[in-house]
Amino acid sequence: MNTAYNFAFFDEGSKREIRRATLKAIAIPGYQVPFASREMPIGRGWGTGGLQLTLSLIGKNDVLKVIDQGSDESVNAVNIKKLVSDTTGVATTDHTAEASLIQSRHRIPEVPLKKDQILILQVPLPEPLRYYEPSENETKKLHGEKEYSGAWLMLFEQIMKYGSMTTGADHPVMVHDRYVMAPSPIPRFDNPKMNESEALILLGAGREKKVYAVPPYTKVVSLDFEDYPFEPESFEDKHCRLCGSTGVFLDELVDEATDETFYQCNDTSYCIETLNEVEPFGVK
Amino acid sequence: MAEFEVPVLSIKNLNKQFGKGCPYCQDEESLVKNYCPVCGTVYACRDVSFDVFPGEVLGIVGESGSGKSTLMQCLYFDQEVTNGEAYLADYHNGEKNLFQESSQQQRYIRNNIMGKVYQNPLLGLKMNFSSIGNIAEKLIAAGNQHVGMMENRGTELLNKVNIPVHRRKEAPKNFSGGMQQRVQIAKALSNRPPLLLLDEVTTGLDLSVQASVLDLIKSLQRELNISIVLVSHDLGVIRMLADRTLVMLEGRVIEQGLTDQILEDPQHRYTQQLVHSLL
Ligand SMILES: Nc1ncnc2c1ncn2[C@@H]1O[C@H](COP(=O)(O)OP(=O)(O)O)[C@@H](O)[C@H]1O
Ligand SMILES: [Mg+2]
Ligand SMILES: [Zn+2]
Ligand SMILES: [Zn+2]
Repeated sequence: MNTAYNFAFFDEGSKREIRRATLKAIAIPGYQVPFASREMPIGRGWGTGGLQLTLSLIGKNDVLKVIDQGSDESVNAVNIKKLVSDTTGVATTDHTAEASLIQSRHRIPEVPLKKDQILILQVPLPEPLRYYEPSENETKKLHGEKEYSGAWLMLFEQIMKYGSMTTGADHPVMVHDRYVMAPSPIPRFDNPKMNESEALILLGAGREKKVYAVPPYTKVVSLDFEDYPFEPESFEDKHCRLCGSTGVFLDELVDEATDETFYQCNDTSYCIETLNEVEPFGVK
Repeated sequence: MAEFEVPVLSIKNLNKQFGKGCPYCQDEESLVKNYCPVCGTVYACRDVSFDVFPGEVLGIVGESGSGKSTLMQCLYFDQEVTNGEAYLADYHNGEKNLFQESSQQQRYIRNNIMGKVYQNPLLGLKMNFSSIGNIAEKLIAAGNQHVGMMENRGTELLNKVNIPVHRRKEAPKNFSGGMQQRVQIAKALSNRPPLLLLDEVTTGLDLSVQASVLDLIKSLQRELNISIVLVSHDLGVIRMLADRTLVMLEGRVIEQGLTDQILEDPQHRYTQQLVHSLL
């Protein structure tokens, strides 16, 4: 542990301030709370929003997991883990179930989260209405008046253009029947995991200086139309080539030698855990 | 106009000023036109009252700066009035002053009971969204949740305003000025409002395009029997479409009556000048 820094890098005042914003965000599910985003030793756009939340929340007894698009091993995930453990000395893990704090970019883990866990999602663009309305002042008013025609209009435009709601990632959700929220660029597959989640979910945008939250057991509904219901990505009839899992988010890959398409768990730690579980079975 | 006919829209003593006013301009005589030379306050609309009846086209004519656009902005809640009253027959039986309603209610009124076409299409359209999307925006805002229905309605409306169906998914930024105004008209009509507000819709268009847009408005008005408030600085446009006309000058209504009467026998000196310049 690097003792040249205060515990968790920030001074206590800064951490308190971020926690205050976070508490407000929890009190108003889906509402974007501004906070004084700080300079970080990693570049903005590399998860500084999520990292600031992690640093403000982490305690000596926490166990941290960091994932980047499903991978615990990516450079980005490793750097963040290193920075946090260097300045706190807390243990890190790849196992979702063992972690008390999970910082993630673009995925919610496959292992269902529990009530003593906190998921922190990194957010590049917190404002779900931004493309529809460029002015922050105006979008604030729209949220205030619960005027979300723009959110549905953007989905309507996609249907006109592509014949379906092909947002892919970051499909907007209605939180607690009140605020429309950008769930961060998680695949549609992960949206339903937010609904009635046992774990607290926090979302942090560093560049845009916003924090928002889905408290435990909160209703989260993906926006859709009567004749175009929301649909997560489907991997029907497909399974992971390594662990055999079905019903998880799979990456599509091409075997360069045979030119064959195959699938693999996007959540690598889940894949490894499943492999380790299966093997003793085979031995028996 | 039957004697007991209920107005679609009723405006009473509408005032809109830009600026706080000062002791000097308490006395209206001290204004220069509609402007206080001491504090800079503009009295854009002054004590404006009128009714609009079912199926009627009410023209509002006046020189630039007379307060026409400000009046229309107030009616559509783009601007907050300084004071005054407005009643819509289709909103709580015409018993609630619209200007006192919450902004959420005012949004409801805009989206369900009114349509507006702006002189500047940038104010009425999302230039980067598809034309049919622009129409859907108003349908969605009024609570529509069915893509198929909205697509049908949008296509029907674009057809009505003579936008080729195969261009419905194009963004208005690709369209000519005349076509953009047609898309705005289609959008304004989308929820079948009883009242349409048109602010200088043909100003700035080529004469031939102007004529075709005016023809369109005329035929839609006949077909739908919708009430229209039509604002123009051009008495020629007013003559072509308006049943009745208000003449505005420096924020005030200085004359009103049947359009034919005003053209034949203008009373106010300013109106006389206006009519003369048309001849
Ligand atoms: N936002 C504003 N702030 C200050 N003055 C304004 C504003 N909008 C309009 N005005 C003034 O109000 C008066 C009426 O303008 P406007 O309603 O645009 O007239 P018209 O549409 O008849 O040309 C003008 O003197 C104009 O300068
Ligand atoms: Mg004007
Ligand atoms: Zn797997
Ligand atoms: Zn004054």
